[in-house]
Amino acid sequence: MDRNSNQPRAVDSPDPKERSKGKDRRRSGSATFQIFLIPVLAIFTGLVFGAIVIVATDASVIAAYHNFFRAPGAALLDTWKVIALAYGSLFDGIFGDPATIAHAIQVYRATGSTKDLLTAFYPFSDSLAAVTPYILAGLAVALGFKCGLFNIGAEGQFGIGALCSAFVGYSIKGLPWFIHLPLALAAGALGGAIWGAIPGYLKATTGAHEVVNTIMMNYISFNLGDWLLNGPMKAPGYRPLTPVVQDSAMLPRFFPPPLRFNWGFILALLMAVLVWWFLFKTTLGMEIRAVGANPEGARYAGMNIVKNFILAMTLSGALAGLAGATQVLGIDHWVGQNFSAGYGFDSIAIALLGQSHPFGVVLAAVLWGFLRSGATNMQSMAGVPLDVISIIQGLVVIFVAAPAVIRWIYHIRLARMETMVLTRGWGR
Amino acid sequence: MAPVLELRGITKSFPGVLANDGIDLTVEKGEILALLGENGAGKTTLMNILYGLYKPDAGQILIQGKEASIHSPNDAIAQGIGMVHQHFMLIPVMTATENVMLGVEPTRRGVFLDKGKVAKRIRQISEQYDLAVDPEAYIGDLPVGSQQRVEIIKVLYREADILILDEPTAVLTPQEVEGLFKVLRSLVANGKSVIFITHKLKEVMAIADHITVLRGGRVVGTVTPGEATPEKLATMMVGREVNLVVKKEVAHPKEVVLEVSNLSVQDEHGHLTVGGASFEVRAGEVLGVAGVQGNGQTELVYALTGLLPLVGGEIRIVDRPVHHTTPRHILERGVAHIPEDRQRHGLILSFPVHDNLVLCTYYQRPFARGVSLQQKVIVENAEKLVKQFDVRTPNVFVPVSTLSGGNQQKVIVAREFSRPIKLLIASQPTRGLDVGSIEYIHSRIIEKRDEGTAVLLVSPELDEIIALSDRIAVMYKGQIVEIVASGTVTKEYIGLLMAGVKPSEALKVSPAPTKETEVERVF
Repeated sequence: MDRNSNQPRAVDSPDPKERSKGKDRRRSGSATFQIFLIPVLAIFTGLVFGAIVIVATDASVIAAYHNFFRAPGAALLDTWKVIALAYGSLFDGIFGDPATIAHAIQVYRATGSTKDLLTAFYPFSDSLAAVTPYILAGLAVALGFKCGLFNIGAEGQFGIGALCSAFVGYSIKGLPWFIHLPLALAAGALGGAIWGAIPGYLKATTGAHEVVNTIMMNYISFNLGDWLLNGPMKAPGYRPLTPVVQDSAMLPRFFPPPLRFNWGFILALLMAVLVWWFLFKTTLGMEIRAVGANPEGARYAGMNIVKNFILAMTLSGALAGLAGATQVLGIDHWVGQNFSAGYGFDSIAIALLGQSHPFGVVLAAVLWGFLRSGATNMQSMAGVPLDVISIIQGLVVIFVAAPAVIRWIYHIRLARMETMVLTRGWGR
Repeated sequence: MAPVLELRGITKSFPGVLANDGIDLTVEKGEILALLGENGAGKTTLMNILYGLYKPDAGQILIQGKEASIHSPNDAIAQGIGMVHQHFMLIPVMTATENVMLGVEPTRRGVFLDKGKVAKRIRQISEQYDLAVDPEAYIGDLPVGSQQRVEIIKVLYREADILILDEPTAVLTPQEVEGLFKVLRSLVANGKSVIFITHKLKEVMAIADHITVLRGGRVVGTVTPGEATPEKLATMMVGREVNLVVKKEVAHPKEVVLEVSNLSVQDEHGHLTVGGASFEVRAGEVLGVAGVQGNGQTELVYALTGLLPLVGGEIRIVDRPVHHTTPRHILERGVAHIPEDRQRHGLILSFPVHDNLVLCTYYQRPFARGVSLQQKVIVENAEKLVKQFDVRTPNVFVPVSTLSGGNQQKVIVAREFSRPIKLLIASQPTRGLDVGSIEYIHSRIIEKRDEGTAVLLVSPELDEIIALSDRIAVMYKGQIVEIVASGTVTKEYIGLLMAGVKPSEALKVSPAPTKETEVERVF
């Protein structure tokens, strides 16, 4: 909280019990509730705005509105149909078509054939698989935020992590999976960690702002990736791709092909719990949070700011690198050009949406991955461009980052709550 | 004739707090009304309502007997209400004239600023109200007292009839306070009205025509200085009897704990702010460092606690030099530090109370095993300390930012006093605190002294220094001008040294007292 703010301080009541009797207690008690309420309303509002965009860009609806005064019913019906089709196909794209699933279950019961079943569950499996890198990359950015650092470099760390894990994955042959797979994952995390540690070290020792340096590291990783994919790491053939990783380095999948849902998801959830434990239950995490919330206060209390900046950026990079590794080892099995496109940048939005809390990040990543995964179906079935999903995601992030908008729309009063620390301003 | 300003039944609640509860207040033309109350009593909220920053839940504001609606500071200014904030709203790189005209710039031919006109008006105001200010001076070059005068001129330039001054003396030297009082008297003599917000009893008794006391968002009563005594006012403010005089025995100093010789320190911008300071503090005594803020005390304390590097000289704590030592090593050597800026240094505001209570010891047993924090032990420790140090908080899990200033300070004191310490460095330990909290913290500091802790007390409040110290060091422009035993000189003498007068000359103006000094009041 700003120390010159006009926020009222609690009255020194002689008896604290008496104070808690007042009716005003209830309203301040809603602070925790609002932490959940605001994102939910933000998502809802984002979908509403998305619907408006869908309607406004649909030629048939626009045509119907030309005749609005002659046939208002038709125009409204058209509007409803377009929205229902768009969001219906989005839903099907995320969870699968309920009718198809029901049918597949019947077929399975009748004949024991799993072929239809696998097809029916393909959308949901892919949605979960899509969530995995978002969770890990979101955790990476959130951990940086907790230390007051804005890691824009998740994109580059993701790419380096993917390249490192792919290299270990395809170049080493003949290892058993229980050595090869952890090794490939660790290589990804290590690559990301180095990519994060460099700007962390520069920030801590020279004060060079991490935003600038992580952006620069992104460019280095993009171009390094291009060179590697066209040279040293290129598989035989024309396209700039790495060779496919060994079977022993792949994250095992739960179901037969084509379902791609794999152990990466479980790993991501475990990492979320680990990050939570680290941040809130260890002395190291307490230091990182203290440095993030008030570096001056942390220094006064004897904490080493330099060490914490480097540690936070290293761990953040490691998580982003691990995200790249799970994508390679779990889904793609090779790395191609523009591989990291967007994951690292989306993870900033996810960390914001998840209020920088590890569990919030998981929920935000689920939303993000689901929307992305369902968008393709929405495009092919309803003809709604993929960009609409980006618009919805963008709006949700804006609403979460600027909760005043949501409070204004829904007339929610401000509750006193712990101010979320994201990053401090430039140059401080 | 109707009073200049009347507030009727002003009520304002914030989530969790009823800040103002049916407040009635009257200000007559040409009087100084002192608004007295502890922190959190609702003084600032009330004034922010009057100044249009907050909207009251209920109640009326009457100006010259007519109901006024004030929705913004602009409305307030239009109604003749001006506010001088505790933290000055001035731009240091601009001149006094430019600061005064900000927001109401008069122009020639629509585009060119007419500074001459403003400067002329400033000179008029200066003369009329005895407010000496050079209109061409840059704010950054002016002492705090002059900056405050610029703030007052700014308000008068906007034709204010009612001036609200929020804790105006907090930043001033004793001499500057006298100067401010002279200005205030000339303001009311010229028909202006003043609302003077403070929690310092002495000032109220000296300057006010009426004193309205607030407590817990309600008006406790209105009295005149004639009817009141400091004891009575303190009781009204706090709601119980308050011991205004610090009780302490004669000190029995023992071995040297802190030894500073020829110390030089640079501030963050590379200015040499401490140049060759030497002193020592012994176990069981309080050494008070008096001085106007900004004379190197802050950097002195930062150097002692490892927050700033030394550029010259030596610091020895318990016979070991402090040089290239981290703050943590200094803390572990048994140094407790009550920092001058409690919100910037002393606390992590967004952290719960229980974490703030182990901010310096969280990594040690029993609070941590390896890297794993022992949440249960930390909470138990917090519950014990909250009880022991009487911290008013709903529970130990709320963010410390939700506590009042006094209780935040108690959290720091509880944390620093609960570990074994040999040296206590207390920098403005009661800044901005109310009578009740000051009484409590002072008695705790003396208690520590009597347990054999060496205490270095740094404060710009001369009264506080005199009340607690066994010896007093006066700091001026980065140097220790003189160190005297408490009681051997007058308060005026120290005040003169603080203002930069040489000891030999100061002695001529204010000779040492022949009889024993009377018991000083701190408030």
